[in-house]
Amino acid sequence: MAEYEPLFSAGHTACAGCPMPVIFRHILDITGPDVVVVNATSCSEIISSAYPRTAWRVPYVHSLFENTPAVASGVANALRAQGNDHTKVIIFAGDGSTYDIGFGALSGMLERNEDVLYVCYDNEAYMNTGVQRSGATPFGARTTTSPVGRVHHGKEIFKKPIVDIVAAHKIPYAASASIGYHADLAAKVRKALPMKGSRFIDVLSPCVPGWGIDSAITIELAKMAVDCGIWKLVEYENGNFKLNLKPGQRRPVKDYLSKQARFKHLTEQDVAKIQAQVDEEWKKY
Amino acid sequence: MARKTVEGSFAVAEAVKNCEPDVAACYPITPSTHVAEELASFYANGEIKAYIATEAELSSMSACIGASAAGSRTVTVTSSQGMALMHEAVYNAAGMRLPIVMIVGNRSLSAPLNIWNDWQDSVTERDSGWIQIYCENGQEATDAVPQAFKIAEAVSLPVMVCFDGFYITHAVEPIDVPSLEEVKKFLPPFRPAVKLDPKNPMSMGEYAFPAHYQLFRDDLQKDMVASEKKVKEIHDEYAKMFGRSYGSGVLEEYRSQDAESVLVSMGSVCGNAKEAVDQLRAKGEKVGLVRLRLLRPFPYAAVAKALEGKKIVGVFEKSYSLGALPPLYGEVLAAAADLKSRPVISSFVGGLGGKDVTVGNVLELYGKMKQGKKLVEWV
Repeated sequence: MAEYEPLFSAGHTACAGCPMPVIFRHILDITGPDVVVVNATSCSEIISSAYPRTAWRVPYVHSLFENTPAVASGVANALRAQGNDHTKVIIFAGDGSTYDIGFGALSGMLERNEDVLYVCYDNEAYMNTGVQRSGATPFGARTTTSPVGRVHHGKEIFKKPIVDIVAAHKIPYAASASIGYHADLAAKVRKALPMKGSRFIDVLSPCVPGWGIDSAITIELAKMAVDCGIWKLVEYENGNFKLNLKPGQRRPVKDYLSKQARFKHLTEQDVAKIQAQVDEEWKKY
Repeated sequence: MARKTVEGSFAVAEAVKNCEPDVAACYPITPSTHVAEELASFYANGEIKAYIATEAELSSMSACIGASAAGSRTVTVTSSQGMALMHEAVYNAAGMRLPIVMIVGNRSLSAPLNIWNDWQDSVTERDSGWIQIYCENGQEATDAVPQAFKIAEAVSLPVMVCFDGFYITHAVEPIDVPSLEEVKKFLPPFRPAVKLDPKNPMSMGEYAFPAHYQLFRDDLQKDMVASEKKVKEIHDEYAKMFGRSYGSGVLEEYRSQDAESVLVSMGSVCGNAKEAVDQLRAKGEKVGLVRLRLLRPFPYAAVAKALEGKKIVGVFEKSYSLGALPPLYGEVLAAAADLKSRPVISSFVGGLGGKDVTVGNVLELYGKMKQGKKLVEWV
């Protein structure tokens, strides 16, 4: 048997325990080499493509922070114009570029239903620049721009429902996933990949320094986020909503929050508020 | 080649189409909208393979970056605020050495909001690493398009074809538009050395540490400077094939060789300037015009040569570098710095936001210059 050579190779400079390279490697295992990767400015770009080295064994392009959906649109249109109808175009972007600065470009790409698979690795803040809050940062989380002070205590706004917003563009496929549920992520990539048009997967990716967690528990935390119901595994396939996993008995959110320094300041009442919000959400299902 | 009486925008759009770009990515903005609309019509008729109607100009340039990196000939169209919005990607495209062509219908920048012509939009981007060609009329803009693609692809640098908003974009003129077959003979298919290709995976747009970053920027500077020769060569080649030339390709000397007093300018206002020169020459005054065609790379040696032996030089431009010397004036001063006998060089800024510059206005400039003292004036 030939030695396994991942298309996203070892030798990148991600933090120990970071699930983002794991997400990339596993997705590229499924796609195979006939892809073009379009990357947004992010941790993932910095750790993978510092000149003169690269971790990418597939064609890779990085342009800017907020324009990745437009760059990918250009790649996809060019390939199709050249008569290439087989090469898949995949975006890897963080939540900052997806939820915030590149949101207009993302909406434009979705409205045009460009033939692109968009994968957001969602670590819930601007980690590359040192943990600033993004539209993906959850309620209560401490970041350097949602600090805990005498008056304000972490982020006071709930996370943007990005999958619902993306799905509202009536694209063929939109889903959430978690690196803690690898089989679900793999199934979603397998389902989305052969589809034509825009497909979107938001993958929860715990961040060791940003969340203030032990590097050994990133995957476990990604699983726990699902098990306590704070992160849902869902998909919209041609507009039809499906909840992919309904925990029989949801774990208390406290189990998940208490393992992370970003939530350390939360009082019993704060935790109760988050629990109540999660409970309210789950009444729908 | 067919001579048509046609709006500048439509002739330019047809020239773009005849260069067979794979991908056009556009967002409408006055006064270049007609070019974007016409390209959309070509797409609708199957004459351009892909047309991306983006949600903003930043995405137009970004889509061009993606398409060009994927190995396709690609084009966008913009003006004014659109170019300002693109700014980050304009620099990025040049740094990535992508031979994108941008058609620019020149217009002012806000504030105050104004839709009319000056050059503040593209002149502001002069340091971005794009070759910039400024055209006098619809015919020149049309002819500049196949040249732009050929230059861009020869030197791996993006090129702007700049033509004045309304004065050229909307003016109806008799224009010879080179046909698809003719352009094919002039412009070979785009075959980039590096592209996004699963058979030969490469990483493009990498991150560079201090040890390497400046090497990339130094290369860009060297190649930009060296591209002047290619601009000239390709202009000459085009002239030979199509029988139309624009001075040396980098600048045009109009009755200036034996002149004592010379105006330096660019763009459509040079039509009026030529008329003014003719009127003054008829009266026996030794005046001329140096029309700059290439603003970037700046042809310092060619400008110096054109100004050698002149007593009086005026620079007229529709642009400011706020708080500093007007951009074209500063360049002309630098170009003339090493001349043995330096002329008196005056600066005139005008025509901003569509303020009309008539033949009479240009005659006044020559009159002011004649006094032989240095002037810095707003016209």
